[in-house]
Amino acid sequence: MAIIEARNLTYTYPYAESPAFKDVTLRIERGEFILLTGPSGCGKTTLCRCFNGLIPHFYGGKLEGEITVAGLRTIEHPIHEIAQHVGLVFQNPENQLFALTIEKDVAFGLENLGLPRDEMRRRVDWALKVTGIYDLKNRAPFEVFGGQQQRVAIASVLAMQPEVIVLDEPTSFLDPLSARNILGVINRLNKELGITIILVEHRLDLASRYANRVIVMNEGQIILDGEPRKVFLENEAALIGVGIPKVVRLYMLLKRAGLNIGRVPLSPEELSKSIMEALIFDRG
Amino acid sequence: MIEVEDVYFTYPNGVEALKGVSLKITSGEFVAIMGQNGAGKTTLVKHFNGLLKPTKGKVLVDDVDTRHVSVATLARKVGFVFQNPDHQLFSETVEDEISFALKNFGFDEKTIRDRVDWALNILDLTRYRKTSPFMLSGGERKRVALASVLAWDPKILILDEPSIGQDRNQKERLRQFILQMNHQGKTVVIVTHDIEFVAECEPRVILMANGKIVADGDAKSVLTDPDLIAKSWLLLPEITNVLLNLNDLGFPTNVMDVFEAGDLIIERTGWARK
Repeated sequence: MAIIEARNLTYTYPYAESPAFKDVTLRIERGEFILLTGPSGCGKTTLCRCFNGLIPHFYGGKLEGEITVAGLRTIEHPIHEIAQHVGLVFQNPENQLFALTIEKDVAFGLENLGLPRDEMRRRVDWALKVTGIYDLKNRAPFEVFGGQQQRVAIASVLAMQPEVIVLDEPTSFLDPLSARNILGVINRLNKELGITIILVEHRLDLASRYANRVIVMNEGQIILDGEPRKVFLENEAALIGVGIPKVVRLYMLLKRAGLNIGRVPLSPEELSKSIMEALIFDRG
Repeated sequence: MIEVEDVYFTYPNGVEALKGVSLKITSGEFVAIMGQNGAGKTTLVKHFNGLLKPTKGKVLVDDVDTRHVSVATLARKVGFVFQNPDHQLFSETVEDEISFALKNFGFDEKTIRDRVDWALNILDLTRYRKTSPFMLSGGERKRVALASVLAWDPKILILDEPSIGQDRNQKERLRQFILQMNHQGKTVVIVTHDIEFVAECEPRVILMANGKIVADGDAKSVLTDPDLIAKSWLLLPEITNVLLNLNDLGFPTNVMDVFEAGDLIIERTGWARK
Protein backbone atom coordinates (compact mmCIF):
# COMPACT_ATOMS: atom_id res chain seq x y z
CA MET A 1 0.00 0.00 0.00
CA ALA A 2 1.34 3.39 -0.91
CA ILE A 3 2.21 5.65 2.02
CA ILE A 4 3.18 8.55 -0.24
CA GLU A 5 1.78 9.12 -3.68
CA ALA A 6 2.56 12.09 -5.89
CA ARG A 7 1.12 12.63 -9.34
CA ASN A 8 2.41 15.24 -11.78
CA LEU A 9 3.58 17.33 -8.87
CA THR A 10 5.10 20.72 -9.74
CA TYR A 11 6.11 23.36 -7.24
CA THR A 12 7.25 26.95 -7.58
CA TYR A 13 8.48 29.01 -4.62
CA PRO A 14 6.97 32.49 -4.16
CA TYR A 15 8.63 35.01 -6.50
CA ALA A 16 10.68 32.25 -8.17
CA GLU A 17 10.91 32.38 -11.94
CA SER A 18 10.95 28.65 -12.52
CA PRO A 19 9.68 25.62 -10.58
CA ALA A 20 11.94 23.93 -8.00
CA PHE A 21 10.77 20.61 -9.41
CA LYS A 22 8.32 19.74 -12.12
CA ASP A 23 6.00 16.92 -13.06
CA VAL A 24 7.17 14.50 -10.37
CA THR A 25 5.23 11.26 -10.19
CA LEU A 26 6.25 8.99 -7.36
CA ARG A 27 4.83 6.12 -5.34
CA ILE A 28 6.44 5.07 -2.07
CA GLU A 29 5.21 1.90 -0.39
CA ARG A 30 4.86 1.43 3.36
CA GLY A 31 8.10 0.13 4.93
CA GLU A 32 10.46 1.23 2.17
CA PHE A 33 13.93 2.69 2.84
CA ILE A 34 14.46 5.33 0.17
CA LEU A 35 17.79 7.02 -0.45
CA LEU A 36 17.07 10.32 -2.18
CA THR A 37 20.08 12.02 -3.75
CA GLY A 38 21.20 14.46 -6.42
CA PRO A 39 23.33 17.60 -6.77
CA SER A 40 22.65 20.70 -4.65
CA GLY A 41 19.67 22.61 -5.92
CA CYS A 42 18.19 19.57 -7.71
CA GLY A 43 14.92 19.92 -5.78
CA LYS A 44 15.26 17.05 -3.32
CA THR A 45 14.89 19.15 -0.16
CA THR A 46 11.93 20.95 -1.72
CA LEU A 47 10.28 17.63 -2.55
CA CYS A 48 10.76 16.50 1.08
CA ARG A 49 9.01 19.65 2.27
CA CYS A 50 5.92 18.47 0.40
CA PHE A 51 5.87 15.19 2.29
CA ASN A 52 4.98 16.83 5.60
CA GLY A 53 2.96 19.76 4.34
CA LEU A 54 5.57 22.49 4.91
CA ILE A 55 4.83 23.02 1.24
CA PRO A 56 2.48 24.66 0.62
CA HIS A 57 1.28 25.56 4.15
CA PHE A 58 4.49 27.20 5.44
CA TYR A 59 6.37 28.18 2.28
CA GLY A 60 3.40 29.30 0.19
CA GLY A 61 4.12 29.33 -3.53
CA LYS A 62 2.29 27.37 -6.17
CA LEU A 63 1.76 23.62 -5.85
CA GLU A 64 0.21 21.85 -8.83
CA GLY A 65 -0.71 18.19 -9.17
CA GLU A 66 -1.67 15.73 -6.48
CA ILE A 67 0.07 14.55 -3.33
CA THR A 68 -1.30 12.17 -0.72
CA VAL A 69 0.63 11.20 2.41
CA ALA A 70 -0.65 8.46 4.74
CA GLY A 71 -4.00 8.81 3.07
CA LEU A 72 -4.19 12.58 3.60
CA ARG A 73 -4.25 15.07 0.77
CA THR A 74 -1.63 17.40 2.30
CA ILE A 75 -3.14 20.49 0.77
CA GLU A 76 -6.34 19.94 2.81
CA HIS A 77 -4.71 19.20 6.17
CA PRO A 78 -2.70 21.51 8.47
CA ILE A 79 0.98 20.81 9.24
CA HIS A 80 0.37 19.69 12.84
CA GLU A 81 -2.00 17.00 11.64
CA ILE A 82 0.39 15.73 8.96
CA ALA A 83 3.24 15.85 11.51
CA GLN A 84 1.60 12.97 13.39
CA HIS A 85 2.23 10.80 10.34
CA VAL A 86 5.45 12.25 8.92
CA GLY A 87 8.46 13.34 11.00
CA LEU A 88 11.21 15.57 9.62
CA VAL A 89 14.84 15.59 10.80
CA PHE A 90 17.11 18.37 9.58
CA GLN A 91 20.76 18.57 8.61
CA ASN A 92 21.97 20.55 11.60
CA PRO A 93 20.50 19.32 14.90
CA GLU A 94 21.29 22.70 16.49
CA ASN A 95 18.49 24.22 14.43
CA GLN A 96 15.96 21.78 15.84
CA LEU A 97 16.83 21.56 19.56
CA PHE A 98 15.99 24.22 22.10
CA ALA A 99 14.81 22.79 25.46
CA LEU A 100 16.77 22.73 28.71
CA THR A 101 17.00 18.95 28.88
CA ILE A 102 17.05 16.24 26.27
CA GLU A 103 13.96 14.67 27.81
CA LYS A 104 11.99 17.92 27.50
CA ASP A 105 13.08 18.33 23.91
CA VAL A 106 11.78 14.88 23.06
CA ALA A 107 8.52 15.51 24.95
CA PHE A 108 7.81 18.86 23.30
CA GLY A 109 5.95 17.60 20.25
CA LEU A 110 3.81 15.32 22.41
CA GLU A 111 2.79 18.13 24.74
CA ASN A 112 1.22 19.79 21.76
CA LEU A 113 -0.79 16.68 21.01
CA GLY A 114 -2.47 16.83 24.42
CA LEU A 115 -1.67 13.21 25.31
CA PRO A 116 -2.24 11.84 28.84
CA ARG A 117 0.82 12.15 31.07
CA ASP A 118 1.48 8.40 31.36
CA GLU A 119 1.30 7.87 27.64
CA MET A 120 3.63 10.81 27.10
CA ARG A 121 6.20 9.46 29.58
CA ARG A 122 5.98 5.99 28.02
CA ARG A 123 6.58 7.32 24.51
CA VAL A 124 9.45 9.61 25.53
CA ASP A 125 11.24 6.80 27.38
CA TRP A 126 10.70 4.48 24.44
CA ALA A 127 12.06 7.00 21.90
CA LEU A 128 15.10 7.72 24.10
CA LYS A 129 15.84 3.99 24.44
CA VAL A 130 15.43 3.21 20.74
CA THR A 131 17.90 5.97 19.83
CA GLY A 132 20.32 4.99 22.60
CA ILE A 133 20.30 8.23 24.60
CA TYR A 134 18.16 7.28 27.61
CA ASP A 135 21.11 7.76 29.97
CA LEU A 136 21.55 11.33 28.72
CA LYS A 137 17.94 12.41 29.26
CA ASN A 138 18.68 14.93 32.01
CA ARG A 139 21.56 16.58 30.14
CA ALA A 140 21.14 19.76 28.10
CA PRO A 141 21.05 19.08 24.35
CA PHE A 142 23.82 21.62 23.82
CA GLU A 143 26.19 19.81 26.18
CA VAL A 144 26.37 16.65 24.13
CA PHE A 145 28.25 16.00 20.87
CA GLY A 146 26.79 16.36 17.37
CA GLY A 147 26.06 12.66 16.94
CA GLN A 148 24.10 12.57 20.17
CA GLN A 149 22.31 15.81 19.28
CA GLN A 150 21.17 14.22 16.04
CA ARG A 151 19.88 11.26 18.07
CA VAL A 152 17.86 13.72 20.17
CA ALA A 153 16.38 15.20 17.01
CA ILE A 154 15.46 11.72 15.78
CA ALA A 155 14.00 10.76 19.18
CA SER A 156 11.83 13.90 19.18
CA VAL A 157 10.37 12.88 15.86
CA LEU A 158 10.12 9.21 16.81
CA ALA A 159 8.10 9.98 19.96
CA MET A 160 5.29 11.14 17.70
CA GLN A 161 5.18 7.55 16.37
CA PRO A 162 5.09 8.63 12.75
CA GLU A 163 4.68 6.19 9.88
CA VAL A 164 7.26 8.04 7.79
CA ILE A 165 10.48 9.75 8.85
CA VAL A 166 12.16 12.11 6.37
CA LEU A 167 15.80 12.93 7.15
CA ASP A 168 17.48 15.74 5.20
CA GLU A 169 21.25 15.09 5.20
CA PRO A 170 21.26 14.09 8.88
CA THR A 171 24.94 13.09 8.92
CA SER A 172 26.69 15.95 7.16
CA PHE A 173 27.73 17.75 10.35
CA LEU A 174 28.86 14.53 12.04
CA ASP A 175 32.25 12.86 12.19
CA PRO A 176 32.45 9.60 10.24
CA LEU A 177 31.98 7.26 13.18
CA SER A 178 28.95 9.17 14.49
CA ALA A 179 27.57 9.28 10.95
CA ARG A 180 27.87 5.52 10.61
CA ASN A 181 26.19 4.99 13.98
CA ILE A 182 23.31 7.35 13.16
CA LEU A 183 22.69 5.53 9.89
CA GLY A 184 22.59 2.32 11.94
CA VAL A 185 19.90 3.84 14.19
CA ILE A 186 17.90 4.94 11.13
CA ASN A 187 18.20 1.45 9.66
CA ARG A 188 16.81 -0.09 12.87
CA LEU A 189 13.80 2.24 12.75
CA ASN A 190 13.09 0.83 9.32
CA LYS A 191 13.91 -2.85 9.77
CA GLU A 192 12.66 -3.36 13.33
CA LEU A 193 9.81 -0.86 13.60
CA GLY A 194 8.72 -0.86 9.98
CA ILE A 195 8.89 2.94 9.69
CA THR A 196 9.14 4.19 6.11
CA ILE A 197 12.43 6.09 5.73
CA ILE A 198 13.23 8.80 3.22
CA LEU A 199 16.89 9.67 3.63
CA VAL A 200 18.40 12.58 1.70
CA GLU A 201 22.14 11.97 1.52
CA HIS A 202 25.24 12.84 -0.48
CA ARG A 203 27.20 10.08 1.24
CA LEU A 204 26.09 7.12 -0.84
CA ASP A 205 29.11 5.16 0.41
CA LEU A 206 27.72 4.92 3.94
CA ALA A 207 24.00 4.93 3.19
CA SER A 208 23.29 2.81 0.11
CA ARG A 209 23.74 -0.52 1.93
CA TYR A 210 20.56 0.15 3.95
CA ALA A 211 18.25 1.31 1.17
CA ASN A 212 15.97 -0.86 -0.91
CA ARG A 213 15.61 1.94 -3.44
CA VAL A 214 17.63 4.93 -4.57
CA ILE A 215 16.01 7.93 -6.23
CA VAL A 216 18.26 10.40 -8.06
CA MET A 217 17.04 13.89 -8.92
CA ASN A 218 18.59 16.45 -11.23
CA GLU A 219 17.32 19.89 -12.23
CA GLY A 220 13.92 19.38 -10.65
CA GLN A 221 13.22 15.93 -12.05
CA ILE A 222 13.62 12.32 -11.02
CA ILE A 223 16.21 10.90 -13.40
CA LEU A 224 16.82 7.47 -11.83
CA ASP A 225 14.75 5.29 -9.52
CA GLY A 226 15.43 1.68 -8.58
CA GLU A 227 17.24 -0.90 -6.49
CA PRO A 228 20.69 0.56 -5.57
CA ARG A 229 22.86 -2.16 -7.17
CA LYS A 230 20.86 -1.98 -10.38
CA VAL A 231 20.95 1.82 -10.52
CA PHE A 232 24.71 1.92 -9.88
CA LEU A 233 25.38 -0.79 -12.44
CA GLU A 234 23.34 0.62 -15.28
CA ASN A 235 23.87 4.34 -14.89
CA GLU A 236 27.49 4.93 -14.01
CA ALA A 237 27.84 7.90 -16.34
CA ALA A 238 24.74 9.71 -15.09
CA LEU A 239 25.93 9.22 -11.52
CA ILE A 240 29.38 10.80 -11.84
CA GLY A 241 28.14 14.13 -10.51
CA VAL A 242 26.27 12.43 -7.70
CA GLY A 243 29.30 10.66 -6.28
CA ILE A 244 29.02 6.97 -6.90
CA PRO A 245 30.59 5.11 -3.92
CA LYS A 246 34.30 4.35 -4.34
CA VAL A 247 33.76 0.61 -3.87
CA VAL A 248 31.35 0.69 -6.82
CA ARG A 249 33.90 2.60 -8.92
CA LEU A 250 36.60 0.05 -8.10
CA TYR A 251 34.16 -2.76 -8.91
CA MET A 252 33.39 -1.19 -12.33
CA LEU A 253 37.08 -0.76 -13.04
CA LEU A 254 37.78 -4.42 -12.31
CA LYS A 255 34.77 -5.52 -14.32
CA ARG A 256 35.85 -3.48 -17.32
CA ALA A 257 39.30 -5.06 -17.06
CA GLY A 258 37.60 -8.39 -17.66
CA LEU A 259 37.17 -9.56 -14.10
CA ASN A 260 34.01 -11.49 -13.30
CA ILE A 261 33.31 -10.65 -9.66
CA GLY A 262 29.67 -11.14 -8.85
CA ARG A 263 27.22 -8.43 -7.92
CA VAL A 264 27.69 -4.70 -7.35
CA PRO A 265 29.09 -4.15 -3.82
CA LEU A 266 27.45 -1.74 -1.39
CA SER A 267 30.25 -1.92 1.21
CA PRO A 268 34.03 -2.54 1.32
CA GLU A 269 33.37 -5.92 2.97
CA GLU A 270 31.19 -7.05 0.06
CA LEU A 271 33.81 -6.04 -2.50
CA SER A 272 36.69 -7.71 -0.61
CA LYS A 273 34.65 -10.90 -0.39
CA SER A 274 33.92 -10.90 -4.13
CA ILE A 275 37.56 -10.25 -5.02
CA MET A 276 38.66 -12.99 -2.62
CA GLU A 277 36.22 -15.47 -4.16
CA ALA A 278 37.29 -14.53 -7.67
CA LEU A 279 40.94 -15.05 -6.74
CA ILE A 280 40.37 -18.47 -5.22
CA PHE A 281 38.22 -19.50 -8.16
CA ASP A 282 40.97 -18.32 -10.51
CA ARG A 283 43.60 -20.44 -8.76
CA GLY A 284 41.38 -23.51 -8.73
CA MET B 1 54.80 30.60 9.16
CA ILE B 2 52.71 29.41 12.10
CA GLU B 3 54.54 28.14 15.17
CA VAL B 4 52.63 26.55 18.03
CA GLU B 5 54.76 25.95 21.11
CA ASP B 6 53.44 23.64 23.81
CA VAL B 7 49.98 25.22 23.84
CA TYR B 8 47.36 24.42 26.47
CA PHE B 9 43.88 25.86 26.30
CA THR B 10 41.09 25.61 28.86
CA TYR B 11 37.63 27.05 28.15
CA PRO B 12 35.97 29.15 30.89
CA ASN B 13 33.69 26.18 31.70
CA GLY B 14 36.77 24.13 32.64
CA VAL B 15 36.97 21.97 29.51
CA GLU B 16 40.62 21.35 28.63
CA ALA B 17 40.52 21.47 24.83
CA LEU B 18 44.27 21.53 24.12
CA LYS B 19 46.79 19.69 26.23
CA GLY B 20 50.32 20.50 25.09
CA VAL B 21 50.19 20.99 21.32
CA SER B 22 53.33 21.85 19.33
CA LEU B 23 53.60 22.14 15.57
CA LYS B 24 55.06 24.23 12.78
CA ILE B 25 53.31 25.10 9.53
CA THR B 26 55.64 26.75 7.00
CA SER B 27 54.55 29.25 4.35
CA GLY B 28 52.86 27.67 1.35
CA GLU B 29 51.97 24.40 3.06
CA PHE B 30 48.62 22.64 2.69
CA VAL B 31 47.58 21.00 5.94
CA ALA B 32 44.48 19.10 7.02
CA ILE B 33 43.76 18.94 10.74
CA MET B 34 41.61 15.90 11.42
CA GLY B 35 39.93 14.19 14.33
CA GLN B 36 36.44 13.50 15.65
CA ASN B 37 34.16 16.26 16.96
CA GLY B 38 35.59 17.49 20.26
CA ALA B 39 39.18 16.46 19.50
CA GLY B 40 40.35 20.08 19.66
CA LYS B 41 40.73 20.85 15.94
CA THR B 42 38.70 24.04 15.82
CA THR B 43 40.09 25.24 19.14
CA LEU B 44 43.58 24.84 17.72
CA VAL B 45 42.99 26.80 14.51
CA LYS B 46 41.20 29.59 16.38
CA HIS B 47 44.63 30.19 17.90
CA PHE B 48 46.09 30.82 14.43
CA ASN B 49 44.22 34.11 13.98
CA GLY B 50 44.26 35.09 17.65
CA LEU B 51 40.54 34.44 18.20
CA LEU B 52 41.69 32.36 21.17
CA LYS B 53 44.88 32.97 23.14
CA PRO B 54 46.75 30.10 24.79
CA THR B 55 46.16 29.46 28.49
CA LYS B 56 49.77 28.27 28.50
CA GLY B 57 52.45 28.21 25.78
CA LYS B 58 52.50 30.51 22.74
CA VAL B 59 51.55 30.85 19.08
CA LEU B 60 53.67 32.83 16.62
CA VAL B 61 52.34 33.94 13.24
CA ASP B 62 55.23 35.18 11.08
CA ASP B 63 57.22 35.68 14.28
CA VAL B 64 54.49 37.77 15.93
CA ASP B 65 53.16 36.45 19.25
CA THR B 66 49.35 36.31 18.93
CA ARG B 67 48.96 37.36 22.57
CA HIS B 68 50.31 40.81 21.68
CA VAL B 69 48.20 41.69 18.63
CA SER B 70 44.49 42.14 17.96
CA VAL B 71 42.38 39.77 15.90
CA ALA B 72 41.76 42.64 13.46
CA THR B 73 45.49 43.01 12.80
CA LEU B 74 45.96 39.29 12.32
CA ALA B 75 42.87 39.03 10.11
CA ARG B 76 44.63 40.90 7.30
CA LYS B 77 47.07 38.00 7.13
CA VAL B 78 44.97 35.08 8.36
CA GLY B 79 41.55 34.57 6.76
CA PHE B 80 39.22 32.32 8.73
CA VAL B 81 36.11 30.75 7.19
CA PHE B 82 33.80 29.33 9.83
CA GLN B 83 32.10 25.95 9.68
CA ASN B 84 28.61 27.43 9.92
CA PRO B 85 28.30 30.30 7.41
CA ASP B 86 25.40 31.74 9.41
CA HIS B 87 27.88 32.74 12.11
CA GLN B 88 29.60 34.92 9.56
CA LEU B 89 27.03 36.32 7.11
CA PHE B 90 24.89 39.36 7.85
CA SER B 91 24.66 41.63 4.77
CA GLU B 92 21.63 42.18 2.56
CA THR B 93 23.25 41.06 -0.66
CA VAL B 94 26.06 38.71 -1.54
CA GLU B 95 27.95 41.63 -3.09
CA ASP B 96 27.71 43.70 0.12
CA GLU B 97 28.85 40.72 2.12
CA ILE B 98 31.99 40.29 0.06
CA SER B 99 32.86 44.00 -0.05
CA PHE B 100 32.30 44.58 3.67
CA ALA B 101 35.77 43.60 4.89
CA LEU B 102 37.42 45.27 1.90
CA LYS B 103 35.81 48.58 2.87
CA ASN B 104 36.97 48.11 6.45
CA PHE B 105 40.51 47.45 5.32
CA GLY B 106 40.32 50.76 3.42
CA PHE B 107 40.75 49.58 -0.17
CA ASP B 108 39.83 52.09 -2.90
CA GLU B 109 36.57 51.62 -4.82
CA LYS B 110 38.06 50.24 -7.99
CA THR B 111 40.09 47.64 -6.11
CA ILE B 112 36.99 46.66 -4.16
CA ARG B 113 34.99 46.27 -7.36
CA ASP B 114 37.71 44.17 -9.00
CA ARG B 115 38.20 41.96 -5.97
CA VAL B 116 34.45 41.38 -5.55
CA ASP B 117 34.09 40.45 -9.23
CA TRP B 118 37.04 38.09 -8.95
CA ALA B 119 35.75 36.39 -5.79
CA LEU B 120 32.21 36.03 -7.20
CA ASN B 121 33.59 34.52 -10.36
CA ILE B 122 36.05 32.08 -8.81
CA LEU B 123 33.37 30.66 -6.50
CA ASP B 124 30.67 30.53 -9.15
CA LEU B 125 28.46 33.11 -7.41
CA THR B 126 28.20 35.87 -10.01
CA ARG B 127 24.53 35.20 -10.69
CA TYR B 128 23.78 35.74 -6.96
CA ARG B 129 25.46 39.16 -6.77
CA LYS B 130 22.25 40.97 -5.77
CA THR B 131 20.69 38.05 -3.86
CA SER B 132 20.34 37.93 -0.09
CA PRO B 133 22.74 35.31 1.32
CA PHE B 134 19.84 33.95 3.36
CA MET B 135 17.92 32.98 0.23
CA LEU B 136 20.74 30.64 -0.79
CA SER B 137 21.24 26.97 0.03
CA GLY B 138 23.61 25.87 2.79
CA GLY B 139 26.32 24.93 0.31
CA GLU B 140 25.99 28.26 -1.51
CA ARG B 141 26.12 30.24 1.75
CA LYS B 142 29.36 28.43 2.57
CA ARG B 143 30.79 29.62 -0.74
CA VAL B 144 29.72 33.21 0.00
CA ALA B 145 31.52 33.04 3.36
CA LEU B 146 34.61 31.74 1.59
CA ALA B 147 34.40 34.44 -1.10
CA SER B 148 34.14 37.21 1.49
CA VAL B 149 37.36 36.08 3.16
CA LEU B 150 39.20 35.33 -0.05
CA ALA B 151 38.45 38.81 -1.40
CA TRP B 152 40.96 40.50 0.88
CA ASP B 153 43.66 38.05 -0.23
CA PRO B 154 44.97 36.78 3.12
CA LYS B 155 48.31 34.94 3.04
CA ILE B 156 46.98 32.16 5.24
CA LEU B 157 43.57 30.63 4.63
CA ILE B 158 41.86 28.59 7.35
CA LEU B 159 38.76 26.65 6.35
CA ASP B 160 36.70 24.94 9.05
CA GLU B 161 34.86 21.93 7.56
CA PRO B 162 34.74 23.34 4.00
CA SER B 163 33.22 20.23 2.41
CA ILE B 164 30.10 20.00 4.61
CA GLY B 165 26.87 20.30 2.62
CA GLN B 166 28.71 20.25 -0.72
CA ASP B 167 27.69 17.74 -3.34
CA ARG B 168 30.13 15.66 -5.37
CA ASN B 169 30.72 18.26 -8.11
CA GLN B 170 31.12 21.11 -5.63
CA LYS B 171 33.58 19.05 -3.60
CA GLU B 172 35.66 18.47 -6.70
CA ARG B 173 35.55 22.20 -7.49
CA LEU B 174 36.49 22.97 -3.89
CA ARG B 175 39.42 20.57 -4.12
CA GLN B 176 40.71 22.20 -7.30
CA PHE B 177 40.17 25.63 -5.82
CA ILE B 178 42.16 24.79 -2.68
CA LEU B 179 44.99 23.29 -4.72
CA GLN B 180 45.01 26.37 -6.94
CA MET B 181 45.20 28.73 -3.93
CA ASN B 182 47.97 26.59 -2.46
CA HIS B 183 49.80 26.55 -5.79
CA GLN B 184 49.69 30.35 -5.84
CA GLY B 185 51.63 30.32 -2.59
CA LYS B 186 48.91 30.60 0.04
CA THR B 187 49.16 28.54 3.19
CA VAL B 188 45.94 26.54 3.40
CA VAL B 189 44.77 24.87 6.60
CA ILE B 190 41.55 22.86 6.52
CA VAL B 191 39.82 21.40 9.55
CA THR B 192 37.79 18.38 8.57
CA HIS B 193 36.63 14.86 9.30
CA ASP B 194 35.85 14.15 5.66
CA ILE B 195 38.29 11.26 5.13
CA GLU B 196 37.48 10.71 1.46
CA PHE B 197 37.94 14.42 0.68
CA VAL B 198 41.36 14.44 2.35
CA ALA B 199 42.29 11.18 0.60
CA GLU B 200 41.69 12.97 -2.70
CA CYS B 201 43.57 16.17 -1.76
CA GLU B 202 46.60 14.45 -0.21
CA PRO B 203 47.77 17.27 2.07
CA ARG B 204 49.96 16.93 5.15
CA VAL B 205 47.67 15.47 7.80
CA ILE B 206 47.72 16.32 11.49
CA LEU B 207 45.56 13.93 13.48
CA MET B 208 44.17 15.03 16.82
CA ALA B 209 42.45 13.17 19.67
CA ASN B 210 41.57 14.40 23.15
CA GLY B 211 43.35 17.73 22.77
CA LYS B 212 46.64 16.26 21.58
CA ILE B 213 48.36 15.58 18.28
CA VAL B 214 48.50 11.81 17.74
CA ALA B 215 50.01 11.78 14.26
CA ASP B 216 51.58 14.18 11.76
CA GLY B 217 52.61 13.04 8.28
CA ASP B 218 51.61 12.70 4.64
CA ALA B 219 47.96 11.82 3.97
CA LYS B 220 48.63 8.29 2.79
CA SER B 221 50.70 7.15 5.74
CA VAL B 222 48.33 8.64 8.32
CA LEU B 223 44.93 7.79 6.78
CA THR B 224 45.75 4.17 5.96
CA ASP B 225 47.10 3.33 9.43
CA PRO B 226 44.29 1.32 11.12
CA ASP B 227 45.66 1.83 14.65
CA LEU B 228 45.95 5.61 14.31
CA ILE B 229 42.51 5.88 12.73
CA ALA B 230 40.90 3.76 15.45
CA LYS B 231 42.67 5.75 18.15
CA SER B 232 41.25 9.00 16.77
CA TRP B 233 37.74 7.60 16.29
CA LEU B 234 37.68 8.06 12.53
CA LEU B 235 37.03 5.57 9.71
CA LEU B 236 39.55 4.32 7.16
CA PRO B 237 39.08 5.32 3.50
CA GLU B 238 36.77 2.84 1.72
CA ILE B 239 39.45 1.60 -0.64
CA THR B 240 41.91 1.05 2.22
CA ASN B 241 39.25 -1.08 3.89
CA VAL B 242 38.83 -3.21 0.77
CA LEU B 243 42.57 -3.93 0.56
CA LEU B 244 42.93 -4.41 4.30
CA ASN B 245 40.43 -7.27 4.08
CA LEU B 246 42.62 -8.77 1.35
CA ASN B 247 45.76 -8.51 3.47
CA ASP B 248 46.01 -12.32 3.73
CA LEU B 249 46.52 -12.45 -0.01
CA GLY B 250 49.55 -10.20 0.29
CA PHE B 251 48.09 -6.92 -1.00
CA PRO B 252 49.61 -3.71 0.35
CA THR B 253 47.28 -1.90 2.72
CA ASN B 254 48.53 1.66 2.30
CA VAL B 255 46.31 2.41 -0.69
CA MET B 256 43.37 4.83 -0.80
CA ASP B 257 43.00 5.61 -4.50
CA VAL B 258 40.55 3.71 -6.73
CA PHE B 259 42.89 3.48 -9.71
CA GLU B 260 45.91 2.43 -7.68
CA ALA B 261 43.86 -0.32 -6.04
CA GLY B 262 42.48 -1.39 -9.43
CA ASP B 263 45.98 -1.66 -10.91
CA LEU B 264 47.22 -3.75 -7.98
CA ILE B 265 44.35 -6.22 -8.17
CA ILE B 266 44.40 -6.54 -11.96
CA GLU B 267 48.18 -7.01 -11.94
CA ARG B 268 47.95 -9.74 -9.30
CA THR B 269 45.28 -11.72 -11.05
CA GLY B 270 46.74 -11.46 -14.50
CA TRP B 271 43.35 -10.48 -15.85
CA ALA B 272 44.57 -7.22 -17.29
CA ARG B 273 43.96 -6.81 -20.98
CA LYS B 274 47.22 -7.07 -22.88
